[in-house]
Amino acid sequence: MAAPNMSVGKPTADRLPCNTTSFQKKSRSKLVSIPGTRPSIQNGQLIVSTGVTSLDYVIGGGLAVGTLLLIEEDRYDSYSRMLLKYFLAEGVVCGHELYVASALDHPNDILQELPAPILDDIASPKTVEDQAKSCDPESQDAMKIAWRYQHLPKVQTALASSSRFGHYYDVSKTMDPEICQAARCHGFYLPEHSTAVTSPTATGQSPMPETYSSLLNNLQEVVHREGFDGSVPQTKSRNILRIGLHSLGSALWGDDLCCRENPSHGHALTTFLYGLRAMLRSSLSVAVVTVPSHLIQNRALMGNVTRLCDTAIALESFRGSERETNPLYKDYHGLLDVRQLPYLNCLVCDLPDNKDLAFKLKRKQFTIERLHLPPDLSETVSRVSRGELTGTAMVGSSGCGSGSTGNRHLDF
Amino acid sequence: MFAELNSILNTSPDNFKAGEFILVSDKQTDASFLIHHFLSFYLRVGCKVCLLGLVQSFSHYSAISQRLGVSLAQAREKGQLVFIEGLKESLGVLLQGESSKGTRAVDFLRDPSSGLQGLYDFVRDNVRLAVGGSGEEWGPPVLLVDDLSVVLSLGVSVGAALDFSHYCRATVCSELQGSMVMLVRCEAEEEESDDERSEWLLRGLIHQCSLTLQVQGLPTGYCRDIHGQVRWITLSVWKRGQCDRWPTQKKLFQYKVHDKGASFFARGTFSAVL
Repeated sequence: MAAPNMSVGKPTADRLPCNTTSFQKKSRSKLVSIPGTRPSIQNGQLIVSTGVTSLDYVIGGGLAVGTLLLIEEDRYDSYSRMLLKYFLAEGVVCGHELYVASALDHPNDILQELPAPILDDIASPKTVEDQAKSCDPESQDAMKIAWRYQHLPKVQTALASSSRFGHYYDVSKTMDPEICQAARCHGFYLPEHSTAVTSPTATGQSPMPETYSSLLNNLQEVVHREGFDGSVPQTKSRNILRIGLHSLGSALWGDDLCCRENPSHGHALTTFLYGLRAMLRSSLSVAVVTVPSHLIQNRALMGNVTRLCDTAIALESFRGSERETNPLYKDYHGLLDVRQLPYLNCLVCDLPDNKDLAFKLKRKQFTIERLHLPPDLSETVSRVSRGELTGTAMVGSSGCGSGSTGNRHLDF
Repeated sequence: MFAELNSILNTSPDNFKAGEFILVSDKQTDASFLIHHFLSFYLRVGCKVCLLGLVQSFSHYSAISQRLGVSLAQAREKGQLVFIEGLKESLGVLLQGESSKGTRAVDFLRDPSSGLQGLYDFVRDNVRLAVGGSGEEWGPPVLLVDDLSVVLSLGVSVGAALDFSHYCRATVCSELQGSMVMLVRCEAEEEESDDERSEWLLRGLIHQCSLTLQVQGLPTGYCRDIHGQVRWITLSVWKRGQCDRWPTQKKLFQYKVHDKGASFFARGTFSAVL
């Protein structure tokens, strides 16, 4: 990929081989380290965290810089929006630059709703000093045994804690505005830009509707201006641009892909994604795009869209469906399907063990686990629910073992 | 270059047939590993290769070819390899800048209804240069297209894509006695598939080609160890009254892709399964 090539300035001949031993060569010091990224274990690609550690694991360690993650939205766009917010919050914590585009909500509103990071020792500068002053006489007493450490700083700064790869977030709280302000954010709110759109090309028939062209132009302008594509030699250290595009393909973007069976601009979204792919491959950026695929009536078009993206996952939430009360799924909020994993600079990709994954959004963690059915211990054909296994009667359990709940006969 | 695939196809660096149109199609899986095989094979043999990379960047191909033992950067410097990076050229066209930016090759992005004429012209000029013989003498020219079905996603009609492949075949295979390898990615079959364009493209190309490698996922579902199956179909070719090979032959192999190659084996004989 062009992106890590330019950033580290080493020729492709020096690329790390895939299956190395644990011995690390000293030449790694040539690698320019960008905070919040690390080289992948499989193939040495520079990867960033998506903000959700279990999602990182599922897609092979993280998102490679220069690639595109497609999230097929769930029906109410609740969990896909949550994943987008995790992605942006991770960017704030790691110090990356953000680019948010949305046709529905103003990007500033999205940025104010980011979940708060759980950093063990983060503290605002003022309170650190107060604490240090007040605790000094006590600290000397406290360090009787570990007295060698008393001159070390007690509280780590936020910068040190962001060197970890992948953080956890508390969704019940929003991110501190101060932390959010520290990150550079670029927003693209479609209603603001629709009036300032330049005229279409001379032929009068551009391949993309104006909304997508203006978004692509704006994105390219930001990338070029901030120097992510290596055009402008950056005086400060190199950084990653995290791009979050919300609900592309929906009617708000002027695209009738989700409205009609035979859309008039059937290839608008795919052309945009092709241009986005070209831009990502030549710059230090990573993008997450959410698409309301459940509205697209033409499944073949979704296949085209998926093939133009690198990593693709689909979310299906149980909320409001009959599965919500199904005791099999009672621990989970929905299913997650990994539709595609990228082959980046190598012939293989990290294939998962199995593809039956379910997710659950807890307050402090978004977990993705393998979905497995409990063992069938009853002598009747129907499957035993977990509620019956624990002995508690399930209200509204659908179709599992009739009136004989809790009575399992293990007659030999 | 995958040694096992060479033995399956009965080719070797010393003895390979010229004038072939090899079609690689995939469904539910990614068959681009075969493109890398053919790329390294023809470079090693010494042919002049024109690689039309519409979906990946140059460093992707060069990183993989490095593992397979061929250096693309060197080949490009020597003039053995001509690489058209569709992504890079397309960005200039898609952004609303001056329309004179970029070569004519990706003109189809600007106006999909005009077809792939610009792309064909570019290919023809580059491929004819090889036979013109300036500098070192290379072998017969080879055109690799990765992949053709992406132009359908960008709005080009199936007819235009078929015209493009026909013209390329006429130039490369018939006129210049070179070879051509094309990758086409298809949709998974569904009962109510509304968009059959990729299916039509595939059928049209199968009609034109001489060898088809159809790569699919396993019909029984996803498996971590066996990545899929390859169906190899050779169509009989009558050349000047003599039949070069057996009439239409079909073979089925399963494969697994490694870091440095792929292994092919008969159905059900993979060591992890036995």
